[in-house]
Amino acid sequence: MKMKAKTKYDSNEVRAAYVFLIPSLIGMVIFSALPLIVSGLISLTDWNGLDSLLDPGFMSQHFIGLKNFKDILTGKEFWKVLHNTLEFIVLYIPLMLCLSLLVAFLLSRPKKGVGAFRVMFYIPVLTSWVAASLIWKSVLSPEYGAINNILKMVGIQGPDWLLSEKWAMPAIVLVSVWKDMGFFGLILLSGIMAIDKSYYEAASIDGAGPLAKFFKITLPLLTPSIFYVLIVSLINSFQLFPQIMIMTDGGPNGVTQVMVERIYKYGFNYYKMGYASAFSWLLFVIIMVCTFIQMKGQNRWVNYDA
Amino acid sequence: MTHKKNLGTLFYYLFSILLAIVAMIPFLWMISTSLKSRGALMSIPIEWIPKEPSLVAYAKVFGKFHFFRTIGNSLLISVSYTLITLLSASMAAFAFAKMRFPFGNGIFKVYLATMMIPTQVTMIPLFVIMNKMGLINTYSSVILPSIFRPFAIFLLVQQIKTIPNGFIEAARIDGANLFQIYRKVLLPLCAPALATLAVTTFMESWNDYLWPLLMLTDSAKTTLPIALSTLNGQYATEYNVLMAGSLISMIPIIITYICAQKYFKNGLMDGGIKA
Repeated sequence: MKMKAKTKYDSNEVRAAYVFLIPSLIGMVIFSALPLIVSGLISLTDWNGLDSLLDPGFMSQHFIGLKNFKDILTGKEFWKVLHNTLEFIVLYIPLMLCLSLLVAFLLSRPKKGVGAFRVMFYIPVLTSWVAASLIWKSVLSPEYGAINNILKMVGIQGPDWLLSEKWAMPAIVLVSVWKDMGFFGLILLSGIMAIDKSYYEAASIDGAGPLAKFFKITLPLLTPSIFYVLIVSLINSFQLFPQIMIMTDGGPNGVTQVMVERIYKYGFNYYKMGYASAFSWLLFVIIMVCTFIQMKGQNRWVNYDA
Repeated sequence: MTHKKNLGTLFYYLFSILLAIVAMIPFLWMISTSLKSRGALMSIPIEWIPKEPSLVAYAKVFGKFHFFRTIGNSLLISVSYTLITLLSASMAAFAFAKMRFPFGNGIFKVYLATMMIPTQVTMIPLFVIMNKMGLINTYSSVILPSIFRPFAIFLLVQQIKTIPNGFIEAARIDGANLFQIYRKVLLPLCAPALATLAVTTFMESWNDYLWPLLMLTDSAKTTLPIALSTLNGQYATEYNVLMAGSLISMIPIIITYICAQKYFKNGLMDGGIKA
């Protein structure tokens, strides 16, 4: 704990410090604090986006208490959206984690051509979500797309992907894994690089092969990075948006509707601003819980001996 | 032993090449599709490599959309966004890392806490605020939020803390005030970290979707991702046009990556674990 004793400040330094902080403080108030409070207030209203928020009678006219939250939590849609997101998470996180570990492992080996592989694994990360989604929409096109024509060559009739209720979410998972594996792979790689080389030397003397070293040394000592990747990807999973908007627009039959897509549409297509704000606060709560788990869990089961 | 080693190398390249194919196939498909004419899009069996390559799709992209203008918009927005982020974040980080002032710790904690707030919570009120300020459909609406990037501040604080206080003390003894120290001592010493931050911020801003989608409804002012998404609305199944647009949109960011590759690496190292 910091000492609360009276510390002498240098008045020049204090003045300078606040001058240095002015831009970010103004930004914090306008772009973060104020909107956060206003959003909380809007979530308690049935505002349709038309009446001015600054009208003196606004609150008395539009205040509906916690009705939005009650409606969302007792309605079917929220749970369906959560279920869709969960389907995404269950498929995405294990697949993404395995592939990004593979990326990290492959890039950590001092082999010829590693630099070229690094670039190739990283190009999907550089691609904008919009471009990536368009490319995959074309790749997944049922009749004329690359995937189904490759499957055809080995005698498999591919599904309708984005048009099929069963395969639309797995298709979104596919794009997301493809786009993210390089990003998380490079984070894990920097974790691998931070591991003390002497562990490996000791293991070599004991006759351990590369695979044994990976499972016995790298993986246990990589838990801080893995944990970080897990939490970040979990938080991201609740915020899917561009790939949904461009590839399926929430369809077919709502199977790819997710939280941010709902918030966006309630707010800016249906002008149910109060409802959308309440929805966004539920998202906020979910993200806070994930962050809380991150802070607590980090001390609990992560190995910091690296 | 060598036999085992060769087997290891074989598996190494097998997996690397397999994964590289997975990563690259969509792009090869994009290039091939972008060179097809409309008829060739729907030929069965499909043409993996277009038999009669055509630039029709590119002509359409450039004709229908002011692509150069859009690229210009994107560049203007991303460069300004990056510069303001660097300036504002480095100033704040300097204050937090090297100065003692009342509430310093508290303000820093508030900054950190705001990182948890998802954009979607603030976007509706922010839309109203931007509307009130008459900024909708202006570049400023997309650039201004760069003034407060808590994650950038956080990264730079970590970085600036590693600079020994002796450097700053020495400059002070020489009679420099804190603003001169910021400009002449701090910024040069942070140059690598700033470069890394610049590259990642530029990329984020360049690829951003949600905020410009809300702010820039005028097609003359819009950014590349948004223009691409409207292309998606107009040419829903004309994949040659969509692929040509996607390819063009990727060129600047790939060039940035190739030129600044080492900063990308550093960025991931900084951003990875400490966060």
